[in-house]
Amino acid sequence: MRVALFITCVNDTLYPHTGQAVVTLLERLGVEVGFPEGQSCCGQPQFNTGYRHETEPLVRRYAAAFRDYDYVVAPSGSCAAMVRDNYPRIGAKAAAEGRGQELADAAAEAVPKTYELTEFLTDVLKVTDVGAYYPHTVTYHPTCHGLRMLGLGDRPRSLLAAVQGLNLVELPGADECCGFGGTFAVKNAAVSAAMGADKARNITATGAEAVCTVDNSCQMHIGGTLARQGSTVRPVHIAEILASTEGNVW
Amino acid sequence: MSGTHQATYLGMPAFPAAADASTRNTQLRANLRHATHTIRAKRATAVAELDDWSPLRAAGAAIKDRTLRHLDHYLEQLESAVTAAGGHVHWAADADEANRIVTELVQATGEREVVKVKSMATQEIGLNGALATAGITAYETDLAELIVQLGDDLPSHILVPAIHRNRGEIRDIFAEKMAEWGRPAPEGLTDAPADLAEAARLHLREKFLNAKVGISGANFMVAETGTLVVVESEGNGRMCLTLPETLISVVGIEKVVPTFQDLEVFLQLLPRSSTAERMNPYTSTWTGTTDADGPRTFHLVLLDNGRTDTLADTVGRQALRCIRCSACLNVCPVYERAGGHAYGSAYPGPIGAILTPQLRGIQSELDASLPYASSLCGACYEVCPVAIDIPEVLVHLRERVVEGGPVSIRGTRTVIKPAKGHAAERAAMRAARWALDHPRVLRTGQRLASRTRRFHPRRLPGPGRAWSDTRELPKVPEESFRDWWQRTRGESGTEGRKTT
Repeated sequence: MRVALFITCVNDTLYPHTGQAVVTLLERLGVEVGFPEGQSCCGQPQFNTGYRHETEPLVRRYAAAFRDYDYVVAPSGSCAAMVRDNYPRIGAKAAAEGRGQELADAAAEAVPKTYELTEFLTDVLKVTDVGAYYPHTVTYHPTCHGLRMLGLGDRPRSLLAAVQGLNLVELPGADECCGFGGTFAVKNAAVSAAMGADKARNITATGAEAVCTVDNSCQMHIGGTLARQGSTVRPVHIAEILASTEGNVW
Repeated sequence: MSGTHQATYLGMPAFPAAADASTRNTQLRANLRHATHTIRAKRATAVAELDDWSPLRAAGAAIKDRTLRHLDHYLEQLESAVTAAGGHVHWAADADEANRIVTELVQATGEREVVKVKSMATQEIGLNGALATAGITAYETDLAELIVQLGDDLPSHILVPAIHRNRGEIRDIFAEKMAEWGRPAPEGLTDAPADLAEAARLHLREKFLNAKVGISGANFMVAETGTLVVVESEGNGRMCLTLPETLISVVGIEKVVPTFQDLEVFLQLLPRSSTAERMNPYTSTWTGTTDADGPRTFHLVLLDNGRTDTLADTVGRQALRCIRCSACLNVCPVYERAGGHAYGSAYPGPIGAILTPQLRGIQSELDASLPYASSLCGACYEVCPVAIDIPEVLVHLRERVVEGGPVSIRGTRTVIKPAKGHAAERAAMRAARWALDHPRVLRTGQRLASRTRRFHPRRLPGPGRAWSDTRELPKVPEESFRDWWQRTRGESGTEGRKTT
């Protein structure tokens, strides 16, 4: 089983810690992890803002970078959903515009092997107890693309529930969007901020020490809002919790 | 009575500016939050009662899709059936034509007043304003529409047009304005719901009993029988549909369904999605005219107004499946904060964000901003009873805004230019794509950001200010993941190794 890490551009640049946690976790579970350097961004910011043609080289790049692997694991529900949901659309539209099957083929190659981290753990490795230890009270915010585009369901919660020492508390209004939405956060800043403020208030009300998600992009927005409000609740990516052990709490 | 009481959406600011203002209105936010969360929870319960919701939803989508693919056939069948049943069918290409047809039909009766059932189509074309210009007063009889009309306001929700008003505000509107329009509000009117309903009932009863002309929309039109269907909760609709001598129905061409049996699907999907009711309180159907009962004259005005152009777009056409249940509004986090007026259209919320720019085009700044009025969270798609993939259409329309491309305008295929004001963004997207497609450039940028991390400002300039005004910026780490991997995992960096 050849497994590659798709780090995603946000994690690569701003949250390398999360990537290190994924590597640590997967290696602890006996998985040999590769990191093809040719990888880059999934293209979601461009695609979701309306620049589909700007996304096409990144679709090609993704397929080429991960060609030699059986599985691609991304610590991001949003980026995995971009590949799974939108790459086929991009391929189909290019074909419809008379530019051949190349992008559709690239999508067909990329889609079936792309997994979000918690899916990979539960569906491919078939584990829910990853041997983690995290002695904190945590609340879980299911990010929209993980929840609705990937249909992650209870996977992240079941993984968290199996973590030793972790006290999982329910988040009121958990399924509501935090307000990030990529360029939405800047294009509709007022609404985004209002959504973020409500989310942050709900998170603080749980009394949790940390808020966990499968996406650092949402965490950036939630954490930035919490910090500006003076809250002490820490944003933590699920990989960082699952990588933690008794001797090394992340 | 105020002369032209029809407020207008024209000249409204783009969505971000309008939403910026409305999100600061704490009363509005509280009203909307309460209303949408209440109906949202009820809808979820009502839907969960049916174990065949998923197949029903698929059936609803399939019936609508099939009808849209053969719309020409079903519309002609409908026209024949309506005509055979004693009705008159008129075709209106756009709002102006529809307004002219209706105005002339009313003028032909010699009447100067009409009663109206709540209708999205007549709201879309601004019929009340057009009638007022011709000296005809249109009385809205739906309770919420009455509140909006008396308040010289605009509807802000598809199902609950006065959702942005609370009881106290409604009491004040009734007390101050009812007398201008007919029977005044009772002395000492309180804000108790029963009192407000009674005041509206007395006020409206006079209208129903005097009206000679009624104007409606329709939720569905059945091609095989020529039957029109109105689904409502208050009974005002049934009064308007049965008491006047002349009935004029203005209906979008996409509202047709092939057979009477198709209603079986939609009359389950619609009430549970909209009012969270198992069965709709008043479902009125009418087929042409009869001598013994109901209006003696019936006119059906079939409205295009951008629908054929929408149909020509293979991705965007799914918006025409919409049955106007408003479930997407009630679940939308953006609608909840911004309110319906910010969308500047009769169709607010997620469905408005995809329907309006297709019906009206994207020439105005407002219409070009609507596809961006979403965080793409997907909650709207999840609740839509006819499975409209609203996020897919939003992104599709964003592409039209920034890149232009082929569209249909009044039935003619044409290529439009990108909307104005996206040049800087386009340049930035191209630059980003170039960097992202050259990982070495990306790495150089990351290293530069890391090296200068101590000097990064807490507040960003330019468009970034929108971020740093309300949120802390993440700190750039000392080392990117890429660099960490290369430093710790060897020179080639292409393969990992086990650390056991």
